[in-house]
Amino acid sequence: MAEATTLRTAPLDRARVLQWLQTYGVYAGVAALLVVNVVITPNFLTAENFRTQAVQVAPVIIVALGMALVIGTEGVDLSVGAVMALAASVTALYLGYGLLPALLAVALFAAAVGLANGALVALVGVQPIVATLALMVGGRGIALVLLPQLEDLRNPALASLGSGDVLGVPYLILIAAVLALLVAFTVRRTTFGRQLLAIGDSRPAAQLAGLPVRRVLIIVYVVCALLAAVAGVLATARLQASDPTSLGNLMELSAITAVVVGGTPLTGGRVNIAGTVAGAVLIQLLTATLIKHDLPPSWTQIAQAVVIVAAVYAARGRGRR
Amino acid sequence: MTVTKTEAPVTTASNQPHGEGEPAGSARSERLSALIQQHGALAVLVIVSLVASFSFDSFATGDNVSNMATSSAFLAIVALGMTFVIITGGIDLSVGSLFALGGVLAAWGSRYGTLVALLLPLAVCGLIGVVNGLLVARSRLAPFIVTLAAMLGARGLLLAVTDEGAETFLIGKGSLLAELGQGTTLGLGNPVWITLALFVAGAVVLRRTRFGQHVYAVGGNEDAAALMGAPVARTKILVYTLSGLLAGLAGALNAAWLASGVTILGNGMELEAISAVVIGGTLLTGGLGYVSGSLVGVLLLKVIQNVINQIGSLDSSYQQVVSGAFLAVVVIAQTWLGRRRQLM
Repeated sequence: MAEATTLRTAPLDRARVLQWLQTYGVYAGVAALLVVNVVITPNFLTAENFRTQAVQVAPVIIVALGMALVIGTEGVDLSVGAVMALAASVTALYLGYGLLPALLAVALFAAAVGLANGALVALVGVQPIVATLALMVGGRGIALVLLPQLEDLRNPALASLGSGDVLGVPYLILIAAVLALLVAFTVRRTTFGRQLLAIGDSRPAAQLAGLPVRRVLIIVYVVCALLAAVAGVLATARLQASDPTSLGNLMELSAITAVVVGGTPLTGGRVNIAGTVAGAVLIQLLTATLIKHDLPPSWTQIAQAVVIVAAVYAARGRGRR
Repeated sequence: MTVTKTEAPVTTASNQPHGEGEPAGSARSERLSALIQQHGALAVLVIVSLVASFSFDSFATGDNVSNMATSSAFLAIVALGMTFVIITGGIDLSVGSLFALGGVLAAWGSRYGTLVALLLPLAVCGLIGVVNGLLVARSRLAPFIVTLAAMLGARGLLLAVTDEGAETFLIGKGSLLAELGQGTTLGLGNPVWITLALFVAGAVVLRRTRFGQHVYAVGGNEDAAALMGAPVARTKILVYTLSGLLAGLAGALNAAWLASGVTILGNGMELEAISAVVIGGTLLTGGLGYVSGSLVGVLLLKVIQNVINQIGSLDSSYQQVVSGAFLAVVVIAQTWLGRRRQLM
């Protein structure tokens, strides 16, 4: 870098711009979308609108947090959508015993899926994509076997979880915020977080350094599944219905997009939690903008595809430097 | 029921090399694991089919077999392209969307004649495949994220063509296209014959041409392949293009068979295709794989599906559970077999 400064100035400027874009691009994108919307979208600056957007993005943020951890270990978890569906089914099945037993059952099922993912990746040595693909197919199948069709849920405790608020801030947003802080703290300030990043940087090196590679990997996949289950329960609570057929469809894509757009490289070794949250917000705002201006879903999807590719393309240079 | 039956041979097979003596039997054990790798799925297919035909009277009837063959054909064509991609060490998650898009474009184009109906999906899906290939090979982006984005984009394009999924285009009766999809030759549907021809061609290309050797070389070790002078980037672009073309063709044939471009098809098809390829003995790490294995893998998935449908009391979502479990078992077995071979 030092050499480049003295020798060539013009390319360095470009490199600096690129670097800046990679780190702060997602925040700039969110800010730009906010400004654009304030100007062109009627009724954008209302508390009601912000509330709606935030409630919609909360489950995506929660899933993306777990995904960020997994991607930090140079893995990926495709089964998060299936875990959400599983959480919806299990909630519906055990809600008769009360909310707390139902939540415990959900946690058990999700932990089992995470354990299976983690064992396949850490103990057997299967590639993360394939291991979690098996659970993605099988998990949604189990969810549908447990509860074949949509079921309305009438439980006051669950309903208040989905639509209640503290001082005007919905529970969903509070839970997402608390979880984001917890995950950020874990990554930055704990031994576990350090070990996770070390494994993502180089698994053989981590192994040689004597880190408990297998244990950390298994815990990461369990945590990811548990976070997905939380998102599944919250989404179910908001809908007041359990919908294992469509809940969490394509959620893995949204979560991976949020993580990648937020500046976490797919090659592992680095996790950017603030960026991940901003990435989820960016996608949500983009979708909302297109929908509010009556652009059909087709264009929304195409726009999302372009944003994903652009974000991965922009993030690409960082790994080499 | 089916789970235990199908899993049993695979698990016992994977344990077998463990029992062999370490140094003395190593050559034999290596050959055995290679044999299981290549033909394990075929053995399971034969066993499951035999058990099914003894258990259900309606399984081995001509109608059922011909139905199974036709419904396997479309997935098989997609899996053929996927085999090439996976042998290079990549993955293509966009095939399900391309399948649906191909069908819709074929149905839309059928009003301008059969030639347009076939060329339009091939052109569009092939082009998306080229873009996938360019992003993977030239820009060096991760294949799964590129093709995941393409999956989303192709689905969006499909919605744009069909007025947000509200419009279904029909294929007129008696046209050449309808005949191609619905007609039969020698008792089997035309799509089955087309599929067989494509697989023969695919096997020849993979085994007997320079391109095929490059596909293996790139998947085996990309750096070594580049040093040997193999055109790594071009090979990758070609396999993704091929995968896109075949997914589009499968979609077009499927639309011809159904006589309409159904917009909601192809969800989860990429998973089925990947499962079939992996079950057929192709390594997901690349460098090793068989076109014939993928065909066996497709048949195995379809036979299991058929058996689950025959057991009337079972919900069709059991199919997903069985497929997922089966995929996991096969991948575990493969990893163990592969590790044993590396140790020797």
